[in-house]
Amino acid sequence: MKHLLSIADLSADDIHRLLELTDHMVEISGRPIPKVPALRGKNVVSLFFEDSTRTRTSFDTAAKRLSADTMNFAVSSSSVSKGESLRDTIETIAAMGVDAFVVRHRSSGAPEMITRWTNASIINAGDGWHQHPTQALLDCYTIRTGLNRRDGFDGLRIAIVGDIRHSRVARSNVQAFAALGAHVTLVAPPTLLPPSLEGWPVEISHDLDALLPELDVIYLLRVQRERMEEALLPSLHEYSLLYGLTEARAARLAPHALVMHPGPMNRGVEMVADPGELPGSVILNQVTNGVAVRMAVLFWLLGSGADLSEAP
Amino acid sequence: MSTRDESHVRTVLSADDVRRALTRIAHEIVERNQGIEGLAILGLQRGGVWVAQALAGILSAIDPQHDVPLGSLDVSFHRDDVGIRPIVPASVTDIAGSLDGRTIVLVDDVLFTGRTVRAALEALNDYGRPSAVQLAVLVDRGHRELPIRPDFVGKNLPTSRDELVVATADGVTIR
Repeated sequence: MKHLLSIADLSADDIHRLLELTDHMVEISGRPIPKVPALRGKNVVSLFFEDSTRTRTSFDTAAKRLSADTMNFAVSSSSVSKGESLRDTIETIAAMGVDAFVVRHRSSGAPEMITRWTNASIINAGDGWHQHPTQALLDCYTIRTGLNRRDGFDGLRIAIVGDIRHSRVARSNVQAFAALGAHVTLVAPPTLLPPSLEGWPVEISHDLDALLPELDVIYLLRVQRERMEEALLPSLHEYSLLYGLTEARAARLAPHALVMHPGPMNRGVEMVADPGELPGSVILNQVTNGVAVRMAVLFWLLGSGADLSEAP
Repeated sequence: MSTRDESHVRTVLSADDVRRALTRIAHEIVERNQGIEGLAILGLQRGGVWVAQALAGILSAIDPQHDVPLGSLDVSFHRDDVGIRPIVPASVTDIAGSLDGRTIVLVDDVLFTGRTVRAALEALNDYGRPSAVQLAVLVDRGHRELPIRPDFVGKNLPTSRDELVVATADGVTIR
């Protein structure tokens, strides 16, 4: 595999192999000196046209632990602000010798477009409402270790709660969770669901309270405040009354159930309870696992020398 | 390896030969280090792991007073051919605790070019600073490409480069 653009490009076997590779990266990250020479001499450039702290630092850390060179391209201080086109920007940086671009862009499909302009590997770090594949992989890894499900998610019940409509995380995660065999329910007010859910392997619910006791994982999405201006929600308070994770709701979860959130969290909106007080919260594990999963993706694309999916 | 004609398979060590060779290596390790205190045995993934387990078993029978820590090391991410040939990591490295000040016995089944051992020496640096590192192999088949020499050898085995040496507890074969 040359690029990672979408979870839809991966088979269930590919996902399993990446998660197994992640086990190695977790071990490396736990060493007294958490750095291996595997990607020495490779150049990984982050190209973020949208704000991000955790994803960019996570990729940066991952590349450094594998000894790749890293370069951060900050759009605000670049020639993009002088009107340079995306294509010219890519071709210019690629001419300096780049092995992989980690791209975040507000437009769906931008990473795929970039694959046509350079020979480097492209890793999608979030494009519009479309995909955020490394988030989905790190969430799968967190569930795999949190619930001890190395062989797949058969029979697991996962609810993704919140602004599904505008969420690339929801789109990637639905595909990844379903590929591993989980049963996924989307929980949201009708205004925050996509106009069409045809082909999504999910069930829909508007009633979080009815679902709570049977869930293995509750995955909260960030409510983007700017959606208020679009009048998709009557008020944040009403949202949190119906869909926020309060202490009372958390108490109705099964004792083993995991509470997940891709961050950044809106405390008091989707996350009303203090996540530090919730026994099932694995939100910080998600962040830790993010580095290891991104190491696995970088090694898979740049270091394994061949398609891991064809390996014995 | 199973596609090769079985008639080309030559057995060079029987199961008993393997057991005797490992027993001798274990005694040599004890002799060289004047006991087993402060030792740790590390098998190289994948082939070295069973050899290391067997050696650790024999060592603890020789000296039941002391515990020899046993671990395994995957060197995939330290190899010098990353990106050149497919690298599929084996089981995850298992090293408990620091290696500082210990004498490490690296164990592999077959010593060939020496490149895996070089990668292992480099990987060890990430876990601490051993006071010494020794190398034990069941079979040394020659064709070294690096200045690496084993301290303990079960059997020196002249081979040609394209032969395949398979070493298990049931014996060593060339095909």
